[in-house]
Parts: sequence; structure tokens; C-alpha cells
Amino acid sequence: MNGIGEILLGLDDKFAAHVILAASAIALGLLVALPLAVWASRSVNVARIALGFASLVQTIPALALLALFFPILLSLRAVFGEDLPTLGFLPALLALALYALLPILRNAVTAQANLDPGVLEAADGVGMTGWQKLRLVEAPLAAPFIMAGIRTASVWTIGAATLATTIGQPSLGDPIFAGLQTQNWALVLAGCIASAGLALVADALLGLVERGFANRNRWQYGVGVLAVALGVGSALVYQFGGDDEDAVVIGSKQFSEGYILARLIGERLENAGYQVEYRDGLGSAIVHSALASSDIDISVDYTGTIWANTLERSDNPGREAMYETIVEWERENTGIRVLGKLGFENAYAFAMRSDRARELNAASLEDLAPVAPQLTVGGDPEFFERPEWYAVRETYGLRFDEARSFSPTFMYNALRSGEADVIGAYSSDGRIAADRLVVLDDPREALPSYDAMIMLSPRIADEEGVVAALEPLIGAIDVEEMREANYAVDREDAGKLTPTQAARKLADAIGLPAS
Amino acid sequence: MSFEQVERHYGNVVAVDGVDCDVQRGSFVALVGASGSGKSTLLKMVNTLETPSAGRVLFAGENVEDMRAARLRRRIGYVFQGIGLFPHFAVGENIAIGPRLAGESLPAKRIAELLELVELDPEMARRMPDELSGGQRQRVGVARALAGDPELLLMDEPFGALDPITRDALGETVRELHDTLGLNTIMVTHDMAEALLLADRVLVMDAGKVVADEKPRELLDGKGGEIAQNLVSVPRQQAEKLARLKNGGAPT
Repeated sequence: MNGIGEILLGLDDKFAAHVILAASAIALGLLVALPLAVWASRSVNVARIALGFASLVQTIPALALLALFFPILLSLRAVFGEDLPTLGFLPALLALALYALLPILRNAVTAQANLDPGVLEAADGVGMTGWQKLRLVEAPLAAPFIMAGIRTASVWTIGAATLATTIGQPSLGDPIFAGLQTQNWALVLAGCIASAGLALVADALLGLVERGFANRNRWQYGVGVLAVALGVGSALVYQFGGDDEDAVVIGSKQFSEGYILARLIGERLENAGYQVEYRDGLGSAIVHSALASSDIDISVDYTGTIWANTLERSDNPGREAMYETIVEWERENTGIRVLGKLGFENAYAFAMRSDRARELNAASLEDLAPVAPQLTVGGDPEFFERPEWYAVRETYGLRFDEARSFSPTFMYNALRSGEADVIGAYSSDGRIAADRLVVLDDPREALPSYDAMIMLSPRIADEEGVVAALEPLIGAIDVEEMREANYAVDREDAGKLTPTQAARKLADAIGLPAS
Repeated sequence: MSFEQVERHYGNVVAVDGVDCDVQRGSFVALVGASGSGKSTLLKMVNTLETPSAGRVLFAGENVEDMRAARLRRRIGYVFQGIGLFPHFAVGENIAIGPRLAGESLPAKRIAELLELVELDPEMARRMPDELSGGQRQRVGVARALAGDPELLLMDEPFGALDPITRDALGETVRELHDTLGLNTIMVTHDMAEALLLADRVLVMDAGKVVADEKPRELLDGKGGEIAQNLVSVPRQQAEKLARLKNGGAPT
């Protein structure tokens, strides 16, 4: 748990990005909610519909709302053109602004409904126009309540903004997701402390503004507004002051191997004189689209993943043919350049505890078929939707008692504790060796191959320097070395390494200069 | 100003049912009736807080509905039971609001003068409304209504929420202001005694119609019909009972 302070200090860019995202979302929420609240105060129907819609949005889990904006924006490209970003800041902003809508709207509408009717009658009676009434009476009297709504919205938004990591927007969620995957609890804690601290500070400052409005104390709300403006302003300066337009962005999925390979690639590029940014913890489905649109520049992906998800094929032409087809397809359809295979496979493989395998006399998937109805199978959240799961089930006639989803990290714990009897593991996973698991044979070749490949976005596909820096990695990593590096990150004892440390060790092991 | 065949319906409910009546310049008219008799609705049609379903209201010869509402209301002082001082404005700012809306600023001297007219300390201009008693607040309400030198003063149960002593004192203040400033005043009240003591002319309303239109003296002489006399009998009997009590007899 040591080094949290050091990690916190290193979060400056994520912190700035988080502040800007949350502030923009609240500003956009305000921009929509305030006119809507004025309208709602003049019409009962508008109030009912607006509040109903905002409440409905609130029932959608934040993570799902963020993810939903990807297909929505993708379909909007038909209207706004191909330059419309579908990942990163825009969808995060829209989803969080929708989320911020409800508390602001509800407080504004309630405040208006609870204004003293005598005061409103007097406003009409002394001859105020509708606008004068709003500006001189309704707005100042509703301001403290609206401020309370903005406060609630801010705390929610700052918390929910950590989820923006999953759609490729840097935020304080980056260390949380990375830490969760690599079981680096210091990293998780640092992300939580930073985001909770930010929420507390924002809450205190907006509380000052709220009290300033309530007490009609210009000094109080002046200081609050000034501090908030300074905070957001310095985040903006920090974010856009430096010129890192040319930085190469390396994306990675939410698992240890992704983080390690991203660091391995990143350090080589830095040695070659490139500026590097990491976009960690991206959702698996999003990585490929982000690469095709050059929102990220480099990713490590797997032949079987691209084959099923992107090419939408379920046949199995064999390892080499699959790779060649993908290289060709990407060149023609997306402009993505497949630089080459790293050398190891990270395929799905069914694994069991060795004592359990002995007990059931199971060495291959064929042996499993008769006993499967008494067994629980575990997999990552994506696994049970994937064609290879269907393929394995059909090929071997497997009918399990129960199928349970776990995050990859917790899947192995489930196997250890007996909550799952067999899991859809990954062949490069260090825990297979460490836990002395038995990998079941696949005699009928139902499981396709998953060769790891380096893929370059159209933007840097022909960048000679990048290609030269990464070529030594092609074919250089065998599965034993990858397992060792993965295990170093996943283990929970004193031998645990950060992804960066593991990447340097891996570079050493495969004979590349470490730094 | 005058009402011409004015009606007001809310769905099937008829609040005001064909009122015809002229109000002369300089008069103090009281509109009296039970709750729901339509008197407040009739009053609010003058400054267009309510709009007639049929008929029209003329102010200085013009149909009020053809005039810009905000401009019309600045020419009419309005005092009502809810008072409605703006809680975020100081007393002085509350008084100066009408002229401010018209783009003028009311000099501090004039604010002090208005406060003195309603018998308040001019120092109060800097106080906030929540520091004032109910009676003081309604005095400020009257000062606010007078700030724009209105051609007409409308009062809707202006003393309804005040204690009897404050109520009596403020009633007299308003009557004096009416005389010294040469105002034109219409006051809605459910209290016949108040109407008889303050007004020059009393209109009695029942179920949306004006059922009596008499001078106070004539009402006390038994004119105006049964509904009006029922209302007059309440303060009269109270006065008689009090007289008997004073002379050593039983109240009934």
C-alpha cells in the first residue's frame, strides 16, 4: 500500500481531464435544465414530461448510459459526417450531462413551485413583464435551491465520470480500472482518493455559493464562484497549455496483459523519441473502432477477437489463414495496419483445478460432456456471448448446470474457492501455471486461435519511426515469457510488479534494451 | 372607470355574472360580500390579473385588455392580503420597484416621504421585510402601491391578516391618504363594518351579481335589500349588545 502519495502526484493529467469533463457535463446540464425549468414552471405538462424523462435517464446504470452513446453517435455519423467522434470526450460529456440533468431540473422546478404565491402576485401587480419577473424575483429566490441541485449533480457527476475510462476518455477512472485488473490496490485507492477529494472540494465550494445566495452575501458566493472558476480554468490551462498533438496514443483493454504490452510498446517509442499517451482500460468492443478512427494509434489485439467481432465470422479456417485474412481485410476496409504477430497466443482455454480434474477423470473437453450437468462454468462477462463458447458447447455437447460471469481477476479466485468448477481461462495467463491448473485438450479444434498482433491506426500506419521501433517485438515473445510477466502483475504477494516494471522485465527477458 | 356586462366563468362555475357599474373619479368604493361571491375576481379584472369571459372593463375610457398589462399595472396601485413584499429587497427597494420597472429611480427623499405617509420611520428603508411586523409590512405594501402616483388604488382584503388594532389604525391611514392625495380607491372586504366606516359607496355582491349599491348611510337606514341588510345586521347587533353590556344588562 505504500507509494499512494507518489501515485497521486502522477495523476495530474488524469485529474485535469476529470475536472474538465465533469465541469463541462455540469455546464451542459445547466444549459439544458435551466431553460427547461423555466418552461416547466409555465406549463404543468412540460414539467411532467421533463421530470419523467430525467428520472428515467437516472434509472439507466451510468456505465450502460456511457456505452449506449457509442452506437448512438455512430448512427449520427450519417447526419454529421465521419468526423463525429464516437469515443472519448463527446459521448462521456453527453452521458454525464444527461445524468446531471435530474437533480438540477428537479430542484429548479421544486423551487419555482414553492415560491410564495403572494410574492408572485405582487410581481405581476407592480407591473413586471414576464422577463422582469424571472430576472428580479423568481431567479434570485430560486437560486439557493438550484445551487443545492447543482451541488448534488456535481458530486454525482464527479463520481460517475470515473466510468468514462471505459469509453476511452481519460479520467480518474484510469487508475481505478487499471488497479482493479492488476490487483494493484494502491492504484485503486489513489484513484478513489483523488475523485472523492475532488467531489468533496467541489461540494464545499458550491455549498459556499449556495449559502451566499441564501444569505444574500456577495462575499460568500463571490469567493465560491471564483474558486470554482480558478479550478476549472487551471485544469483547462494544464490540459491544453502543453502541446502534445503529436503524441502517440496507446490503447489497452482491461486486463494485465494489455497494460504490460502497452508499457512495453510505449517505452520503446519513448526511446525512439516519441511522446506517448496511454488510454488504459478501454472496453474490448471499443478498442477496434477507436483504432480505426485514429482516436488511439496502437493496440494489441487478438486474431480470434477480430475474426468474430469485427469480421463477424464463426468458421475456423486455421491459424495462418485467419491471420492473413485479417491483415488483408483491415488494409482494405479500415486502413488499420497489422504490423505483425508478437509470437504468443492468448486463446480461450478451459481450465480446471488439478484435483477436481483428477476426481472427474477429465483431461479433454470430450471427457467433460457426461459430468457437465453437475458443474458450474465461469467466464469473463464477454465469454458467454462469444461464438467459441457456442462452438465448444455444440461440438462437445456440453450442458453445464450453471454459467457465471466474473471479472477476469476474480474468475481464478472463483475456481480456487470452488464457486466454479471449470473456467474459460486464457492460455497466456500466468495463473494457469501458478495455480497448477489443468488445461483441457480440444481434440476437435472447436476453439479458434488467438494470436496477439500489434495494430497501427491509419494515422500512423506509415510512420517509419514507429514501425522501426516496434519491429523488434514481432515474433519475439513466447507464451512462457508472457505468462511470467502476467503472473508478476497478477500475483498478490511480495513479488508483485506494476505493469511498467513487468514490461521492463519482459523486455530484458526477450533481449531488448530495457530503457 | 367602468364595468360593462362583465362575466367570469371557471368551467361550469360562474364567479362573476354580468356586472354593470361605473366608478367616479375621487370615490372610495367598497366591494363587500361573503367568500366566493366574486368580489376579488371582479377587482382583479381591473388590473388584468383576471380576464373577463365576457364583457369589458374600461379604465380612463380604454378597454384594459387592449392595453399592455405591465404598463397598465404601473398606473394602478395594488394592495392585497398576501402583501407580497419581495423578501430579497430592502424596504426602500420594495417601495421603489414600480418606478424602477419603468426605468426611473426613486430618490431616497421620496422613499422617506412615502414611509412617513404610511406612518413609518424613514430609517426603515434599509431594513429587510422579514425584520418587520405584519402591520408594518402592509404599510410598506401601501407605500409601494402609492410610489408610482397611481390613478387608481385597488385593495383586496388589505387588512385581512392583521390584528384588530393594527387593522383599525391602517384603515384610517388609508382613508386619510385617499382624501389628502385625491385618490380613486376600490377596496374588497368581507367586513361590512370596515366598508361602512371607510367607504363613500358600498357595493354588495352575492353569487357573482351586484345585489346592492348604496351609500353607507342608506344601508344603515335599511336600504339595499335582504342580503345587504343581513351583512349590516352583524355589526349593528354587535354594537347593540356592547351598549347593553355597558349599561349593566346581559348581552342577549
